[in-house]
Amino acid sequence: MPTDRRRPTLADAPFGAVPVAHQFDDFEQQTTADTFGMWLFLATEVLFFGGLFCGYSLYRNLYFDAFTAGSHLLKVKYGAFYTVLLICSSLTMALGVRSAQLRRRTALTVYLILTWIMGFAFVFIKLRYEWYGDYLEGLAPGVHWAPSSESMEMIRHFHATVPHVGLFFIFYFCMTGLHALHMIVGVGLLTTLLIFTRQGRVTGGNYNWVEIVGLYWHFVDIVWIFLFPLLYLIGGRYV
Amino acid sequence: MSTVAVEVTPTMPEVHYLNADYGWRSWLFTTDHKRIAWLYLFAITGFFAVGGLMATLMRLNLIEPQGALMEPASYNKLFTAHGLIMIFFFLAPSIPTVLGNFLIPIMIGARDVAFPKLNLLSWYIFMLAGSVFMLAVIRGGVDTGWTLYTPLSTTYANGHVLSAAVGIFISGFSSILTGLNFMVTIHKMRAPGMTWFRLPLFIWSLYATSVIFILAMPVIAITLALIALERVFHVGIFDPALGGDPILFQHLFWFFGHPEVYILILPSMGVVSELVAAGCRKRIFGYSFVAFSSVAIAAISFMVWGHHMFLTGQSVYAGFVFSALSFAVAIPSAIKVFNWTATMHKASVSYDTPMLYAIGFIGLFTIGGLTGLFLASLGTDVHLHDTYFVVAHFHYVMVGGAIMGYLGGLHLWWPKMTGKLYPEAWARFACLLVFAGFNLTFGPQFILGYLGMPRRYAVYPPEFQVLNVMSSAGASILAVGYFIPLVYFTWSAFKGPIAGPNPWGAKGLEWTIPSPPPTNNFEETPIVTQEAYAYGPEEAHVG
Amino acid sequence: MSEHVLAKKLYFSVFGALIVFTALTTGIAFIDLGPFNTVVALVIAVCKATLVVLFFMHLKYQTGMTRVVIVAALLWLAVLIGITMSDVFTRHWTEKGSTWERGSVISPYRHAGSTALQLQDHA
Repeated sequence: MPTDRRRPTLADAPFGAVPVAHQFDDFEQQTTADTFGMWLFLATEVLFFGGLFCGYSLYRNLYFDAFTAGSHLLKVKYGAFYTVLLICSSLTMALGVRSAQLRRRTALTVYLILTWIMGFAFVFIKLRYEWYGDYLEGLAPGVHWAPSSESMEMIRHFHATVPHVGLFFIFYFCMTGLHALHMIVGVGLLTTLLIFTRQGRVTGGNYNWVEIVGLYWHFVDIVWIFLFPLLYLIGGRYV
Repeated sequence: MSTVAVEVTPTMPEVHYLNADYGWRSWLFTTDHKRIAWLYLFAITGFFAVGGLMATLMRLNLIEPQGALMEPASYNKLFTAHGLIMIFFFLAPSIPTVLGNFLIPIMIGARDVAFPKLNLLSWYIFMLAGSVFMLAVIRGGVDTGWTLYTPLSTTYANGHVLSAAVGIFISGFSSILTGLNFMVTIHKMRAPGMTWFRLPLFIWSLYATSVIFILAMPVIAITLALIALERVFHVGIFDPALGGDPILFQHLFWFFGHPEVYILILPSMGVVSELVAAGCRKRIFGYSFVAFSSVAIAAISFMVWGHHMFLTGQSVYAGFVFSALSFAVAIPSAIKVFNWTATMHKASVSYDTPMLYAIGFIGLFTIGGLTGLFLASLGTDVHLHDTYFVVAHFHYVMVGGAIMGYLGGLHLWWPKMTGKLYPEAWARFACLLVFAGFNLTFGPQFILGYLGMPRRYAVYPPEFQVLNVMSSAGASILAVGYFIPLVYFTWSAFKGPIAGPNPWGAKGLEWTIPSPPPTNNFEETPIVTQEAYAYGPEEAHVG
Repeated sequence: MSEHVLAKKLYFSVFGALIVFTALTTGIAFIDLGPFNTVVALVIAVCKATLVVLFFMHLKYQTGMTRVVIVAALLWLAVLIGITMSDVFTRHWTEKGSTWERGSVISPYRHAGSTALQLQDHA
């Protein structure tokens, strides 16, 4: 480990014999193939979420008043909190990748645990408080759709119709739900990484595994970066 | 059978990928791409039999105008299951997972695909999907048609839409992972000297197919998830009572659905390039045109989906755009056909079974493609939409095209996969039966459609009976034609004559290694110095 | 593949920028900019996403093929959304009162007295 203050490079953490799968010629081919594979998978995820974004774009433009009303029935404090939480988790994830590159097992473990905690907190708070709260308020289409009189007041204020607001809430639950599902998978991936890290299999040279999980994690963060304004801030909050 | 004169009797290696390891565990836990290809081969052949059985029942029913066998409710379930099984569990996997899995690493000079374990996982996901779907069929099936249009599928259908949708959803993941695997393999694992423009055209077309897998499959996945949600919660985004638009479903479905049909045909076109090159012992004319046309087809195929929706409430102006682009997408396909025929011009063509299937493909695909133009143009589509003309059109491209390419490829590479030769006389006979049976089945359907017989109907006006009977008769011949290869391929695997490394005298890395290949394909990584199909003038003379 | 080990300072700077952007987008939502609220929100979201992709996901140090993959995915998504919306928003371009338009349930331009499906108005 460098004792001077210059920025550390990979040369400070030289690799020994790293296991390379039989189909690959060398470590470099393996890591570039793995990374490219993850980027391709993320491309499929773009299209997967994209179907929902397509429907959302369509109906938001058709029923802007209803979407505005629905958006106002959500709580900005939750949305903003989640956004900050996920950005923090992306930071810790990126720092974790860096630790893996530098073969620092303890640092990597710490960053992975921090990321894990934030991801878990995201899912827990979302499901236990926000979603459950919406359900109690009667804003869950297909499960419990009975908007309260305050909600009806809000809907009337924007000259919207209740069925259209129901459509908004279907998108809200579908999009944040699909996102939460991906977060849960991400937390699972982090758990696996943590186990491998403690077994010493990652900081022995397989830093690329952390990079790949990191790519997935950042992608899920980016989806939320778009979901926040598109669901919580429609039409502005000045009214 | 015409081969290049060989100096020695063909031999099989002592140890190869088939006997390198024994026991069911060595097959079910294999990561060898060649063994995984066999796993898929058995699976899709099984699904083909099921789908074929349904087609048989349908054609038997249509012998009588009032339906000879069943009520419309059952008939609806049959054509839905036939479509879903044939598309998702037979055609889409066929060439990519059998021939692609076997050949891609070998053709590019690699030891295996980029992610062998993921490859095996793809097969298991495929088997899970097939099981879930077949369970849905056995429990009573779905009657919405393979296109699962809303609001029938979400609100009114009484069948097992949810479990069928789940089955297809799962199969989509299998395809996505296969496509991902192929793309990374082709990008990152080519042997030294194997530049993009030295790749066999089969690789180019599978690459384009993989691009479509990556971009189109996720959209059907989310669409099926939305149907499932609407079935479970009884509210959804396609429900007009909430202000939803049923046509949005069609947009999402066909955004996947049209590229899907190019998933079905592109690999077959790649096979045909190989068949023509090997059968003519000549370089494919206009190699780069054919290569780029695969990519062009993949790209343009994503912009034409609305031609399935001309009559369902779509804007006429969107219809104009889709119609124009649909004409455009025919151009790259035509370029391929012209290049194949130019390759055959003044070549010494050997009319072995693979070449026969290739010629059949070129003719039948051309007919199928041209009839697609009738459907692409708005004015004629008004009359032909949802008639048997559409059915005939897509069967010409899917069966006359895609399946013939698949069979041709199986015949060409069977010696490589098994080390044995199939009986050529029987194979030619079966090919002719398939060709004759196919045309008798689907040729009359163009006329039926033109005369106005609607598709997806269990009954029809009596004046259409003659044509329907002709079609059913043709189907029985086609069935025999498909059954015969099953018999002789099985026979040849055990008792066939030994093939040797290169029974066709063809060019390509796969023909430089023993038949069957060793588990790691190449003893040492080849260094490629030649163009693809580097047939010299001396090879043009058949011994 | 990342052969570069980035400085902690860089990661923290990007993090700081992302937090600032988040505060900005939340704050601006409370100011009346009319239709520009949406524009500003989306522009800020794109900026945040770009920062994450370039630095956290190391795209700045990747090969060109990775960029092609991202651009292709976004481009095809744009095709899906764009053409679908262009269908719905041109359905009413036919003559007023024609059966085509009256038959279209979903149209941003529904006549009064249209025979299309009447939506129940509870509000």
